[in-house]
Parts: sequence; structure tokens; C-alpha cells
Amino acid sequence: MDRLRNIFWLGIKELQALAKETILIIFIIWSFGFSIYSQATGLGENINNAAIAIVDEDHSVLSRNIGSLFYPPYFKRAEEIGPGDIDARMDRGDFTFVLVIPPQFEQDIRTGRTTSIQLNVDATAVQQATVGAGYIQNMVEGEVARYAERFNQPRGLTQGLVLRRAFNPNGKESWFRAIVALGDQLSLLTIVLTGAALLREREHGTLEHLMVMPLTAFEIALSKVWSNGLVIFVSFVLSLTFVVQGILQVPVAGSRILLLGGTSLYLFAAAAIGIFLGTIARTMAQFALLMLLTVLPMMILSGGMTPVESQPDWLQAITWLLPSRHYITIMQAIVYRGAGLDIVGSELLTIAGMGLVFLLASISLFRRSVMTMK
Amino acid sequence: METGDSCLARIEGVSHHYGKVTALHDVTIDLPTGRMIGLIGPDGAGKSTLLGLLSGVRKGQAGTVEVFGGDMRRAGHRNRICSRIAYMPQGLGKNLYQEISVRDNLHFFGKLFGQSQIEREERIERLARATGLLPFLDRPAGKLSGGMKQKLGLCCALIHDPDLLILDEPTTGVDPLSRRQFWTLIDDLRAERPQMSVLFSTAYMDEASRSDWLVAMDRGGILATSTVDELRQRTGRQALEDVFSALQAPDGKSDQESLEIPSRAASGDEPIIRAHNLVCRFGDFTAVRNVSFDIEAGEIFGFLGSNGCGKTTTMRMLTGLLSPTEGTAELYGKAVDANDLETRRHVGFMSQAFSLYSELSVRQNLILHARLYRIEEEKAKARTENLIAQFGLSDHADAEAGSLPLGLRQRLSLAVAIVHEPELLILDEPTSGVDPQARDGFWRILIDLSRQKKVTIFISTHFMNEAMRCDRISLMHSGEVLISGRPQDILDAKQTDDLETAFVSFIEEALEKSGTHAIETASPSEESAIPAKVAQQPSKTRAAFRRILAYSHCETLSLSRDPIRLAFAFLGTLALLLIFSYGISSDVTNMSMAVLDYDQSPESRDYLSAFQGSRYFSEKAPLRSQAEAEERLKSGKLTLALEIPAGFGKDLRKGGDWQISAWIDGANTMRASTIEGYVAQAHATWLASRPQSAAQSTAPMLVARYRYNPTSESIYAMGPSIPALLLMLFLAILMAVSITREKEIGTITNFYVTPTRRSEYLIGKMLPYLFIGMVNFAIMAATVVFLFGVPLKGSGLALTLAAFLYTFATLGYGLLIAAFTSNQVSAVFAAAVLSIVPTIQFSGMLQPVSALEGAARFIGNIWPTTYYMHMSVGAFTKGLSFSSMAGDLLVMSIFGPLFLLTTAFFLKKQEA
Repeated sequence: MDRLRNIFWLGIKELQALAKETILIIFIIWSFGFSIYSQATGLGENINNAAIAIVDEDHSVLSRNIGSLFYPPYFKRAEEIGPGDIDARMDRGDFTFVLVIPPQFEQDIRTGRTTSIQLNVDATAVQQATVGAGYIQNMVEGEVARYAERFNQPRGLTQGLVLRRAFNPNGKESWFRAIVALGDQLSLLTIVLTGAALLREREHGTLEHLMVMPLTAFEIALSKVWSNGLVIFVSFVLSLTFVVQGILQVPVAGSRILLLGGTSLYLFAAAAIGIFLGTIARTMAQFALLMLLTVLPMMILSGGMTPVESQPDWLQAITWLLPSRHYITIMQAIVYRGAGLDIVGSELLTIAGMGLVFLLASISLFRRSVMTMK
Repeated sequence: METGDSCLARIEGVSHHYGKVTALHDVTIDLPTGRMIGLIGPDGAGKSTLLGLLSGVRKGQAGTVEVFGGDMRRAGHRNRICSRIAYMPQGLGKNLYQEISVRDNLHFFGKLFGQSQIEREERIERLARATGLLPFLDRPAGKLSGGMKQKLGLCCALIHDPDLLILDEPTTGVDPLSRRQFWTLIDDLRAERPQMSVLFSTAYMDEASRSDWLVAMDRGGILATSTVDELRQRTGRQALEDVFSALQAPDGKSDQESLEIPSRAASGDEPIIRAHNLVCRFGDFTAVRNVSFDIEAGEIFGFLGSNGCGKTTTMRMLTGLLSPTEGTAELYGKAVDANDLETRRHVGFMSQAFSLYSELSVRQNLILHARLYRIEEEKAKARTENLIAQFGLSDHADAEAGSLPLGLRQRLSLAVAIVHEPELLILDEPTSGVDPQARDGFWRILIDLSRQKKVTIFISTHFMNEAMRCDRISLMHSGEVLISGRPQDILDAKQTDDLETAFVSFIEEALEKSGTHAIETASPSEESAIPAKVAQQPSKTRAAFRRILAYSHCETLSLSRDPIRLAFAFLGTLALLLIFSYGISSDVTNMSMAVLDYDQSPESRDYLSAFQGSRYFSEKAPLRSQAEAEERLKSGKLTLALEIPAGFGKDLRKGGDWQISAWIDGANTMRASTIEGYVAQAHATWLASRPQSAAQSTAPMLVARYRYNPTSESIYAMGPSIPALLLMLFLAILMAVSITREKEIGTITNFYVTPTRRSEYLIGKMLPYLFIGMVNFAIMAATVVFLFGVPLKGSGLALTLAAFLYTFATLGYGLLIAAFTSNQVSAVFAAAVLSIVPTIQFSGMLQPVSALEGAARFIGNIWPTTYYMHMSVGAFTKGLSFSSMAGDLLVMSIFGPLFLLTTAFFLKKQEA
């Protein structure tokens, strides 16, 4: 009971102190507001404004039609270049795609002869190359089919493959990115806030003062976890309600309660990591460097940028140890697929366990780190 | 002007503000040349600001400051005279590099004044011999005692024979013996070079009386300037302390009621604190050796000694913050145990530095501590109000603790320390930096606590008059207690009435006993500290070159002694390269797929074979219903579900309509797009393999040629481009931190007061990192080639040259960021954000620059990473030759110098 009281009052002190940090508050609001919005919408779709060129050796109606297929926002207007320019200009990186239409292409189509168009792709930009090539293929083949139809070379339009996307039928990038951005900001701010709160006390000498009072390291650590966690939790709820669901119109398929529950567990784990880093670092500058080396991998490997399945097996084993990976999995499952407790339960337990491990580790380091300070 | 030689400096109408705080207000004085000028006044009187303005470290705000007959606001004049001035800032060894050795520090300062190797060796030898530093030339400056640090500071200041020596509180926190030696040294120097003027500020009145010209300051104004004797006559007082008080309140009487201390009857009880043979070692350094003492209830026990003599360490062992290496510490008969919370409730603690929450109000601080000591809510509130009234804090109850003046803050700290009515108070230098009147007020409270409330007080101090007020005192020197007893007994033992004299003789005695220590504070030898012959001036370029190398050498040494920065510099990029390259992969392989085959015909199996053979798909147990498909997609265990309708085979044979559905998990949109592509590809492959498809034959196959990276694997794209991002990120951060660190620690003063030019400073700081950058480039390039197996197809020479120019550019960018940030944390964050964002968004990493438009395109074109990324990708995957990269190299070579020039333009050579 006494312990709970101490944890409560120390946490209240954190909140009182935070309330005076105007710059930090602005930073939090910016991160959960504008930053989420810009990350969700900023990069646009997968393929955007791709630079394309055409080598037209046919100069027919059809080849001109193909040339006019490309327009913003996916592609820039196609530029016509000569066949000799292809290598040089692709080397310079002027174009990602170069379409080569052979001579007598239109005639071959009309007479039903086999012919082909060559598409040169700069595959150094892998993502854009794969997706863009798919788009171009569809567009060109569609155009040719329409043209061929006029010369009685029909295609069975009702024969074929229908692609459907579950959970995000229109493939909206912003849906995906908004949720990932939310998770990233959560990791970053929770770690920075709790770690910095601890280091500030250490640098100002107030930590030493706390250690000579009838308080345990556990109480000091936990008070920072709950108070800073609460601030981020509130920001998260507001951001989810007003920015993600409100402005960005991302539907949450599953239970909001479950999502918030998972978020608070993750906050606990992230705050514990912040405390842990705060006990290792001696100065704020060291903390900042350590934090970069921790938060960047947490964001990159969480499955938010590229799926965890694409990582090599040995790396997957390592990323299993990152709470952020489990959190992103939970978020995606609840938000898009509407998963329930039965599906995400084990992940929740994993996160809670990790939080506990980090908290216990930092508490055992706590006293020693205060002692060696000087 | 008649100034000439008789006037050292003239100050006219000078005012200075820090935000809302006025440090100096309309100050006008003339300082005579060739004198020893002392500045006295309480904390915050404006002494440091005045010295800063005179040395040229601080930028003047209003009024004129003339030194050596020229205006200090003019940069040209400052440059001309800066080699005639030496400035030693406040704080022990504040302008020294703590990590590097005494010798390296001295060489560094010698190089800044363009001295040659031989000349430096000679001067260092002389100065070190004169100050007794000779045996310690190889010890890191940070490991010297306070007194030795100040001597080293003095050596560094004297290395170029200045005509004006400015010392800002040079002896604060130094033990009495070292203090004496310091001033003897100054006297000797002045005897040798009478033309040298010395200007110093001090908190010790006895030191001030050494000066032959005195400036008394208070609250940003000048009270009086004259010789000491004249001031004594004017005020009719003898003791300088009284003289100063009289100057503060000219018509008032001596308002210092002398402090009455009721004598204490020995109780004869069991001692409350009992320390027995305490020893504390940090590595091979012994901070405290064999310290023993007993303290009785209600006693005021004083602990004296210089900074770093082991006082604080002993106190920390008593509070349980530190475990003794050997020996025992007992409180109330129980060994001090860090985990025993019960004992802590009876102890109040106040540490050296102000350690309350400066962002909370006075009342909030008090009530928080009351609550944490588990005082009931009602009582806690009453106690808080009580203390506020008792300590005279009523007017400030709701003010932020950080905004209070020092004296009030100390009172608040004491109030907090006794909020739970402890029986024992441990106070670590509670009155340092507080002016005499405030100190007396503080002591009144302590005496009241001791005599009325029977509180035991264990206090450390370095003021002798405070020591005289204690019941018993102990003197500590380099980890040992030299003497312990009642103040009067100690005076009697040495037959003196001055405690300081007594202590100096105790220290000397101790030094004589232990031979090793004698060297440490060996008194200055007879030999002259000033070189006999005037050294010849080196050529300008040579001197500049020396200064550049001085900064580089110094930076290399201090970096090599900071393990975290070093690890960050050499391992950070590699770690992140591995994480990024393996972690960011858009290759989708082995994605889980399941089939709902309603047809089960040879045709449907034929269709599926197009998927089964591919490395992209890995087939899981077949589906039985659409509901099951939905369920398994939802759980995330399935990424693709294929549905083949009943009658597919029949329709296919007859040429009827058929439709195959593919359900893709769309949660991750990027991956979904990629999978769509694969599915369409598999479908097309199957279609093409069907011989009789008449309709198909006319449709042109679009033949895609994936150039540079035929297998479309991410690693070929990531391998060459990630290092570009990492070089930018790490080098910019390291560079920015290296400059802001100097700003924070205070060593940047050396750049302000020496003839170092901005470009020399910047280039000097940059050189070690240029090397680190190239090492990082080599490590990463080797990793990309040998570990990731991405062959380097193009010109390696061009790539290396590009990396060099790029490193230069990123360091220049880091410098630019440092010019606008004032502390290391903001430098790290600013450098991280300002290098990651443009690099990722605009340099062609995610989207080719050719896809950018408008402002983004513009930024992409003026961002160095764009060009390096282009060359790196070009050299690795496109196999470009040197000549085809020449254009990019040319552009690349502009960035570094451009950033450097811009930084030089914005970097200030003075403090605000």
C-alpha cells in the first residue's frame, strides 16, 4: 500500500514536471498529429511519377496510343528517345522504364502475327520496378487487345484471373502506413520520454536524492513507466480517434478495446526499454546515441516497413525478441483483419513478458549505476 | 589618447543581460596597467561577465570595452591582441581536455600559439618544473587533484607569455596549501615579468587583500575601485569582509550580529554514526583510505578538505549510495545497508549540487518529499506550510524552485531535508557559492536544529569560519583524515589562531611523512618559468597548419578515450548496415498459399502446377470452404487463397467462360502489390504454356528486361544505397556532437581566446572524422561485396574518391548543424532527423530522383546523398567507369567546401 502511494506520488511529480516542458509537449503533439498524417499520405502510392521513355520504331496509330497511356500520378508523360540513347540514359538514371516498340508492330497485330514489345526496367529500385512493370504490362496488353478487337482478333474477356484483396480492397497505402506510423511514433516517444526522464534526474542529482529516501528502485522505475506511459497512451487514443480514424478514414475492423489493451501492454514494454537504456547511459548524449541504435532497428525490423516473412530465418529469430515486432503484428491483426483475443493472445503475453524482463534488468542495474556515477 | 601604457583597459557604460537577468548595469571603470587587480563581490555580482568581456570571450551588448587601447567589439583588434591575453575560466580545469594527458594539454596550447616542437618542449619543461607538475606529465588532466588542475590551467595560460593574465575564481575548491602555492607562483611570475598585469576574481577575502588594486562589485554595479589601503581608510574598517559590507551599505553599521553558539554538553551516549576504517577504491584509484570517526547525538561534526579529497565519497558511503571497499559504516548501531528503508526515514540528506526538482514550485517540492516519507496527507500539508513560514519562503511558495536565487534554494534544500523531522542530517557542502550573509542565516537554522531539536548534523565545508562553528571537525586530504578534534584544540596544537594556517601545516606534515606525495605538491623551484630568449615567430601558414593539427590531435585523443562514441563511430554503421540490408527486403518468397479447388480436374491441377513450382509460393493444407479461407486469412497464417470454380476443366476444353479468384491479404499494401504481380505472372506463364490458345497467340508478350539487377533481389538495391544513408547519418551526428560537446564542457573557450581562425578550427576538428569516414566506407564496401555478394562492376577508384568527397560533405553538414545547436542532445536529434529525412525522401533511395517533382526535385538536386547514391549504385550494379562518373564527382566536390564556408560564416567566435 505504501509502495503504491509512493509510485503514485512520484508519477504525479513526473506529470507536473512534463507539463512545464513546452517544447516536449509540442513535439508529442506534432509526432502524433501532423507526423502521422504526413507519413500516411506523404509518399503516395507504391508507384508515383515514374519516369518512362518510349523508343517508337513503328510510328503507327497503335504505338502512339501506347505512348499516350502514361500520365500522372503513376507515371510521368512518356518521353520519346532514340534507340541509341537507351543505355546512356538508363545509366544516368533518367528513366526507370524504357518501352521499345519494334517496327511494323501495328501491322503484325493486325495480321495476327506474333510480336513482342520490350520493356527495359531499371531494377535498382526494386519495389517500383516490380510493381511498375506489372502496371505497364496490364496497360499495354489491354490497349493492344482493344486495338486487335477492331480487326476481329477477339480475346475471351470473361476468361481469366480475378485478383481480390482482402482487408483493404482498394489497396490504400495510407491505411497501412497510418497504423505503422502510429506504432513507430509510439516506440520512439515512449523510449525517449522515459529514458530522458531518468537521465534528467540523474544529471540534476535528484536521482541520488531519491535513492537516499525510503524508496526502492522498483518504485522509482515503475512511477516513470506509468506516468510517461499514460501521456503517450492518451496521445495515442487521440491520434487514433481524430487523425487515423477521423481524417485518414482508416476503418478498425476489430475491437478497439483489445487494440488499446495491447497498446498499453506495449507501452509498458517500451517504457521499460527506455528505463533500461537510461540506466546504461551516463549522459544524455550517450543516451541519444544508444537510443538511435535501438529505436531504428526496432522500427525497421518490426514488420512495418517490409514483412517479417521476407527476413532471413536467422534474422527472424532475432526480431522475435523485439517487442515492436509483436506489437505491429497485433495492430495489423486487429485493425485490418478484425482478429480477436484468441488470435493475438499469445503475442500479448510475449510483450508483457518482455516488458517484465527489461524492467527487472534495469532495476538490478539501477543502484549500481547510481553508485558508479561521479 | 593618454591611455597608452598607463591604462590597461577602459570600460564605459557597459551593460549586459542574460534573458531577463541583468548581469552588468552601466559599468564604467578604468583599469591600470602592470598591476594585480582583484575583483570581489558576492555570487551573481557580474564578476565573471566582466572578465569575459575583457578577455573577448563574451560578445559585448552595450557600451565600450577597450583593452590595450583598442575596441574589443572589433574582430580585427581582438585577433591582434588575443596572443597578449591569457584567460582561465571559472571551474576546475574548465578549459582543459580532461581525457588527455598533462603533456598533451600543454602541447595543444603551445601549438595554438604557433610554437615549434623544440620551443614547446622547452617551455613545457620550464613551466612544469616551476609548478611542480613535472612528475605528472603523462597523467590525464581529469585525474589530477583540484589544485593541480588549476596549476595546469595556469601553465596552459602562461605558455605564450601573455601581457594580461585573466583568472576567474582560480582557487575556488582548492585546498589551502595548493591555494598558497598558487599565489606564490603568481607572485614569482610577476617579479620576473613586472609588465604583466593580472586580473582575478575571488570569493576569498584574504586573497583579495593581495591585490594592489581592488574592484568591489555588487548586483551588476561597481561599488568602489581603489587600492586596498585607500578602501580601508575610506570605510574605517580593517577586515576586508567588513570593508566590503560597509561598501554595500555605506551608512549602515556593521549589521553582522555575531553568531552565538550555545555550547553543547557531552551526552556520553552511544555514538549515532560510527565509521571504522572506511576504504573506497575506484579501479586503481583510492578515493578514501582508513577513515574512522564517531559522532554523538546532537553534535555538529564538520568535515573539511578540498574538492576531490574524499569528503563526498565518505558521505555517500554513510548514506548507502556507495558500498565501502573495506571497513564498516554504522548508523544507529546498524551497518549501513542500501536496502534498509527503515533507517533512511531517520536521515535527512542534502547534496553538494542543488538536487531538487527545479521545474516544481517550492510548495510542490516540499509536499512531494513529505508524501514520499509517508507522512499522512493532513500532517504533510501542515508541515509544508510550517516549513515555508519557518524558512522565510512565504513570498516564493509558488515560484519554480529553479528560478530562486542560490541562497533561497539552499534554504529550500534544507527545508526538504528536514521535512520528515530526521534525527540525523548529512549535508554535503551546503553553503558553497552562497554569499556570507546568507551563509549566516543558514547556520542560524542549523544551530537551532542541533541545540533545540537535538538533531545530529554531519556537514562538509571548505569555509574556515564555518568550521570554527562546529563542535568537532575533521580535516581530510587526499583520502585520509589528517586530524580530528574540537576546533580550539586544533588551533592549540599548532599554536595559531588561524584555522587555515593550522591546516596548511598539517597538510605539509602529512606530505613530509609520505615521500610519494611530496612530489605531487612540490613547491615551485627557483628556476624561472619564463624562457630567456624570445622565440622567433613562425611563418603564418606554418602556424595555421600547426593549429589545425593541434585540434585534430586533441580530438583523436579524446575520441579514443570515449568508449561509447568510439563504438558508435566504428561499429554503428556496420550493425545498421546488416540490419537494414537483411531487414528491409521486398522480396516475397515462401508466402503461404492454399487452394480451394472445387473442380479437382486434370486442368485444375495443371493450373496449380504453375504456382507450386515457384519459389514465391509455399502451399499449405488445401481449403474446404470459403469460410475457412476467410478464417485463415484473418489469422494471418495465409497470404494467398486461390479459388478454382467447379467446371473449370470442362469450360476450358470447350472454350467457355471461366474465372479463377485469388484472395490476397491486403493488410500490407506494398507486399500485396508485389504478390499481385507474382500471381499475374504465374497465370500468364500458365496461359503461355497452353498450346491451343488461339486468342493468346496474337497478344504481344511484353518482354520485361530487368537491367542491372536481373533477379530483382533487394540486396542488389540495398547494398549500394544503404551505406550512403549510414555515412550521412553517423558522420553528421559524430561531427555535430564533437563540436557541441566542446560548447557544453567549456573547452570551446580555447577557440574563442586563441588566435585560431574559424576555418582552422573546423578543419582541425574534421580531419580525424574524415579518416573515420573512410574506414567506415571501407568496412561497408567490403561487407557489401564479400558478405552480400554484390559485385563491384564499375570503377572502384571513382567510388573511393566519391566516398572521400561525400565524407567531407557529410562532415561539413554536421558542422553546420553544430553551429546552430548548443547542446549534445539537440545536436544528436537535429543531425539524425535532418540527415535521415532528406536522404530517404529525396535522394533516390525509395523513389528515383527522376520521379520527384517541384520542391522535392529541387531538394533532391542540391542534396549530396543524391549524387553519392547515384555513384554508388552506378559503380556497383551499373558498372559505370570513372569517366561516366566524372560529372557527379565534380558536383560532389562542391558540397564539402560549401558547407565549411557556410559554417565558418555562422560559427560565432564569442559567447553571447
